[in-house]
Amino acid sequence: MSNRLALRRRSFLGSVAALSGGFTLGWHVPAFAQSGGQELGIWVVISPDDTTVVRIARSEMGQGTFTGLAQLVADELDADWKHVRAEYVSPDENLAHKRAWGDMSTGGSRGIRGSVDYVRKGGAAARAMLIEAAAQRWNVPVAECTAANSVLTHTPSGRTLRYGEVAADAAKLPVPTEVKLKTPAQWTIIGKPVKRLDTVDKLSGKQVFAIDVQLPDMLNAAIAQCPVYDGKLKSFDADKIKSMPGVRQVVAVGDNAVAVVADKWYQAKTALAALPIVWDEGASATVDSAQIATLLKGGLDAKEAALGQKHGDVEAGLAGAAKVIEAVYAAPFLAHATMEPMNCTAKFADGKVEIWVASQNGDASLAAAAEASGVKLGDVKVNKLHLGGGFGRRGQQDYTRQAVLIAQQIPGRPVKLIWSREEDTTHDFYRPITQCKLRAGLDASGNVVALHARLSGQSILAYLMPSRMENGVDMIAFQSWTKEEFGYSAIPNLLIDHAVRNTHVPVGFWRGVNTNQNAIYMECFIDEVAHAAGKDPLEFRRTLLVNSPKHLAVLNAVAAKAEWGKPLPQGVFRGICQNYGYGSYTAAVAEVSVSPQGELKVHRIVAATDPGYAVNPQQIEAQVQGSFVFGLSAVLFGEITIDKGRAVETNFDTYPVMRIADMPKVDTIIAPSGGFWGGVGEPTIAVAGPAVLNAIFAATGKRVRSLPLRLTDLAHA
Amino acid sequence: MIKLTVNGISHTADTDPDTPLLWVIREWLGMTGTKYGCGIAQCGACTVHIDGVATRSCQVPAGSVGDAKITTIEGLSQDGLSHPVQVAWLQHDVPQCGYCQSGQIMAAAALLKTNPKPSNDDIDNAITNICRCGTYQRIREAIHTAASLGGKA
Repeated sequence: MSNRLALRRRSFLGSVAALSGGFTLGWHVPAFAQSGGQELGIWVVISPDDTTVVRIARSEMGQGTFTGLAQLVADELDADWKHVRAEYVSPDENLAHKRAWGDMSTGGSRGIRGSVDYVRKGGAAARAMLIEAAAQRWNVPVAECTAANSVLTHTPSGRTLRYGEVAADAAKLPVPTEVKLKTPAQWTIIGKPVKRLDTVDKLSGKQVFAIDVQLPDMLNAAIAQCPVYDGKLKSFDADKIKSMPGVRQVVAVGDNAVAVVADKWYQAKTALAALPIVWDEGASATVDSAQIATLLKGGLDAKEAALGQKHGDVEAGLAGAAKVIEAVYAAPFLAHATMEPMNCTAKFADGKVEIWVASQNGDASLAAAAEASGVKLGDVKVNKLHLGGGFGRRGQQDYTRQAVLIAQQIPGRPVKLIWSREEDTTHDFYRPITQCKLRAGLDASGNVVALHARLSGQSILAYLMPSRMENGVDMIAFQSWTKEEFGYSAIPNLLIDHAVRNTHVPVGFWRGVNTNQNAIYMECFIDEVAHAAGKDPLEFRRTLLVNSPKHLAVLNAVAAKAEWGKPLPQGVFRGICQNYGYGSYTAAVAEVSVSPQGELKVHRIVAATDPGYAVNPQQIEAQVQGSFVFGLSAVLFGEITIDKGRAVETNFDTYPVMRIADMPKVDTIIAPSGGFWGGVGEPTIAVAGPAVLNAIFAATGKRVRSLPLRLTDLAHA
Repeated sequence: MIKLTVNGISHTADTDPDTPLLWVIREWLGMTGTKYGCGIAQCGACTVHIDGVATRSCQVPAGSVGDAKITTIEGLSQDGLSHPVQVAWLQHDVPQCGYCQSGQIMAAAALLKTNPKPSNDDIDNAITNICRCGTYQRIREAIHTAASLGGKA
């Protein structure tokens, strides 16, 4: 298999090089392709100069998976980290080899935790092959040979060989299927704060993102999609713009969009703005945010609801309570707003399709290109490029499909489709809109005897993959609240349910997905209940987390580091929260001040995460810091509103996000407790909002229950 | 026909003088390190230096630049790594997805040229570029490091 793969790889790389002509395509044209790199199994390629390429199936979108996955492989390989590089496996290669590299989808914070076993086995297998080859060269027993830092040693004689010296022999050996993985105590690269492998080109402008791809004879396309989501394209008047500079063609794209194809994208965009287009906006063209809010409100008390989890009898518990606390929370639609707008380059020639794409799922991009063009899966070639942000948006393949549909109408020439920022903001798969009604019962001593959380709002699965709904239940709606995840299981009567209320607005996976809203609802409400019980929010949570030691451990860690209970400077107040999601435990303390006029300043965050094992602590720290930017951008500013069936906000002027001046100092505690592999890219986002909102309450006495925060006047006496 | 001096080299571009500098750099000159993010000077991904001043090139008509010297990320240093801001960025492992970083680096380099030892408030006021990955804390630390390296080099 190894040799066949090698041949296939080289022909693939050759064709890329030929197509790219004199242009820089940005992915490192792999040294091994020219210098005799040897494939040891499917994950590792070693060149005579010891350069060690680790093949990566997941997508790099900033989260550091390129580096983290390479660390996992390199550690088992006993490679010297300074020789290690990372490189994508192409989806067509994966298809041709029966998905030998496994799942390419990159979401749900699964990059590491979803591949950790098989990629480490790949490293260990390659190591075993190198040792075997060295033992044969020396004609000694394998047991007398060891490997470390890309060097093989025959222990009794002290002889050594570099990996690069035996790689060619090792590549001829069978790939062992039974390998023993290291114990955590034996790791030398896993757990180390090594630098990212993909930084250098990002400092000089050399990194080629999908939007930067340049190919010979390439044309550029700008697209307009029907502003109302289920509307259609009726007609357009191409003659009006045909004489504009650079314009080549105006084409319908599917049944709901039109694209102008020109020599340059700026010409295409300019001509598109002048193109007369008639839309059939359809029945949803009258929908607005107020109607959607009313729809959701109706779900809060509806009889029918999908069950998340329950134990005890919540109604009886509430009926018998000394005090009942009730609150309704709401979170809006949100756009992903990746810095690199959606784009894809496609070429259709001789019944085959080639695409250049930034995708969170290379396999899905390949399938989308095949489906859109009608060619066989095997006739699609996919070139993956690093993503200028993903956040869940680039798991959807609408832009890939469009690029292929356009290219198919201009055979023989590559066409690069770029969405304007306005198209990107107004045609997203938004974070679903939800409301949540929470009710809690306290006994006379202030103990929680019953809790009901009723979600009402849109279901991602109902929109994107209805076949994954189970009896009308979208379990993703209950993220952080399932039995396995929810920390407050000590509450004797518990009910969590969801009145599914769908709209015509497309929804999808938005970094952190439903953990974000659910954590805000639950952790702000628990704060309210603690206050109603006259108890300290930390102590109150400690009591409720009695059955959840790992939830409690991260909570205690932030409380200790933030010195919970100790006085802060005048005017500064704390809020605290915890959550579990994506296999990791997280908690945060926020320190904020709010001026009498209502101006909020978030001074400092203390955040803790327990992801089981920490593969790269400095990258976990970067993800935790970034999670507060993502989470607080949403809480402070983010909202997509709907009017006349379409998104109102179009760009960063109307859809503001955090900038450096808004950034608090984030102190990160990484507390890996071992024994499991949790995610890192998403789980901390969930605790950003509630920590700050609870601190705002401490500062002002105001509970902010409807987001974004900028719509609430925080002025206080 | 527009004439431009970019990274010390004279170029001509056969387009309307109203074409934004960003698109002339990217599409007519083929230099793609300068990024499109919003097109309305909100995000700063398109930041270049015009006579040393950090400028959002998506809102600058290319025909208005005249003889002014344009520097893009590709021209910030000879090897793409040796400007103190690049050195500091590497040291702090700042980029995540990296898409906004050309603009962030250009904005930081321009700041240090006029203010070699910026305070946190100075950074807050001068660096308003958007990063959706949220690299702000490391950007701040890296700017201080670059300042200590003699940032205006």
